[in-house]
Amino acid sequence: MIKTLIATTALVTGFSAAAGAETIGVSIPAATHGWAGALNFHAERTVERLEKVYPDLDFVLTTTPDSATQVSDLEDMVATRGIDALVVLPFESEPLTGPIQRIADSGTWVTVVDRGLAVDGIENLYVAGDNNSFGRTAGEYFAETLDEGAKVVVMRGIPSTVDNERVAGFEAAIDGAGIEVLAMDHGNWNRDTAFTLMQDWLSRFGQIDAVWAADDDMAVGALAAIEQAGRTGEMFVVGGAGMKEMVDRIRSGDKSVPVNVTYPPAMISTAIEMTAAGIVGNAPMSGDFIIASELITLDNADDFYFEDSPY
Amino acid sequence: MSMAPAQKISTPARRRIDLQVVGPIVALIALVLIGMALNSNFLSYANITNVLARSSFIGIIAVGMTFVITAGGLDLSVGSMAAFVAGLMILVMNLLTDRLGVTLPVIFAGVALALISGLVAGLINGLLITRVGIEAFIVTLGTMGIYRSLITWLADGGTLSLGFEMRELYRPVYYGGIAGISWPILAFVAVAIIGEIVMRHTAFGRHCAAIGSNERVARYSSIAVLRVRLATYVLLGVLVGFAVVMYVPRLGSASASTGLLWELEAIAAVIIGGTLLKGGFGRIWGTVVGVLILSLIGNILNLTDFVSPYLNGAIQGAVIILAVVLQRKGAADR
Repeated sequence: MIKTLIATTALVTGFSAAAGAETIGVSIPAATHGWAGALNFHAERTVERLEKVYPDLDFVLTTTPDSATQVSDLEDMVATRGIDALVVLPFESEPLTGPIQRIADSGTWVTVVDRGLAVDGIENLYVAGDNNSFGRTAGEYFAETLDEGAKVVVMRGIPSTVDNERVAGFEAAIDGAGIEVLAMDHGNWNRDTAFTLMQDWLSRFGQIDAVWAADDDMAVGALAAIEQAGRTGEMFVVGGAGMKEMVDRIRSGDKSVPVNVTYPPAMISTAIEMTAAGIVGNAPMSGDFIIASELITLDNADDFYFEDSPY
Repeated sequence: MSMAPAQKISTPARRRIDLQVVGPIVALIALVLIGMALNSNFLSYANITNVLARSSFIGIIAVGMTFVITAGGLDLSVGSMAAFVAGLMILVMNLLTDRLGVTLPVIFAGVALALISGLVAGLINGLLITRVGIEAFIVTLGTMGIYRSLITWLADGGTLSLGFEMRELYRPVYYGGIAGISWPILAFVAVAIIGEIVMRHTAFGRHCAAIGSNERVARYSSIAVLRVRLATYVLLGVLVGFAVVMYVPRLGSASASTGLLWELEAIAAVIIGGTLLKGGFGRIWGTVVGVLILSLIGNILNLTDFVSPYLNGAIQGAVIILAVVLQRKGAADR
């Protein structure tokens, strides 16, 4: 486990202190899959940047492999570092609601990222991606690009609320466009499962015009199966989340991968920046900030390509 | 999984050979018939090739697992081990590509590395089990977690990918073949045939069964129990390495989700095939049938809208249990 403790002095200062160093604690899940890896990458980059911009701010960044560790980390931050603000991506909603509420009650500013808490109104600021918009953006592209009567297959993720919201958005967007969904099944956000699933769909259906893989790892598997079957060119594949290999294919004009939909792990940067701005300056920052999913196309792909990012 | 002391050591399969032999085959034939009825493309060359080729990873591992289980052991670490070996292989091949360019020696080095690291991983499991005397379940549960963490760490939480050009060079090992039969299928067949011969016609195979049946009696019969048992884990490790050699060219990548649950699929295939989970009797060809049954269920479910995808796991579970019920029927009084 990587535990980065940035900032050198433990300061216990009151929330109201406008002058003097203030400390922002950042707690996020460890890099156990690609998206979380990128989350770590962006969190570290943002903290480094902000420490230069605001010499008065100290940061404590911890990454946790599970809920229990995250609770301990939060307790440590409050007890030994006396944080003035907390930016947290809860590992799980339920177990962390209580501990975060106690921190909020003590007067600490709380920013919750992406995974909402079980009780409303605890956090000062909520920054999250929009899963419905994630599916809708892909669906809108399908509806615009495909002709009436086009046949598509849909690869879903691990059965979960996130997946349901995405699929609901997608289905709403293609509704009425005359697109036929031949099959929909769970690829579990996994390359190998997606590869197998796509192989079987290619055997089963003579005509497939497009694949919505709902995640770039699955898109990689689907593309390999399509290539194996020698059916490249018959269909395009739209993944999601903006994996750098996919963005690279888009910007090189690959016909099989025309677009991608973001669900930006860099939202952690948004959350940290807004929190810092709120602590340091007078700009009001409380409320909900929902980041819409954007369509990555040939024209804007360069803006979404992060050379150093692990994802 | 050590032995319950002093059980009878007769070879239990002989007398009721019929049901035991027929069980898994009946299940396999039934699945093929269902597949044919549900989709006309089921027996197409492409589909058969897909199913057999994707079975080969679990299949090759399951052959090794058959020896381990027959000798009264168990290995839960194979899935994580496969992921770790794949990650290591990709990392080293990428490093070597920088030095040697996109050349065949890099592939040979990668293959050698996969086999050797598999062997070492198997050796570590085996030594901890035989020399330190820890339960196989605990040792391999531990190494399962260790290898899974190591691959996550190696990949920095993301995915390790083989360089694009190297992938193109290595690709034919999965997608190519001889006379229309792809390499992974040939590799699986070769491993299965050799495994069957070793299990039935060599001292090693018989020693595995003897140890699994009754360790103490095996020791009194001057079988080198520890050495044979160690050898089964090493053999399994090497086969995991070999499966990885076939797996890496498929997608050219490894991540923390590579090889997830392979250990359970391999163990399930072994048991469906008629090998006893408590050891003492092993059947390689049964394992092959078991592997095919497991892949076919997934394939058939993907080829039809027969059930909600939410229920795929339930169907798989039911067929696994049914296949075992079929072969154990009549043998219940064993």
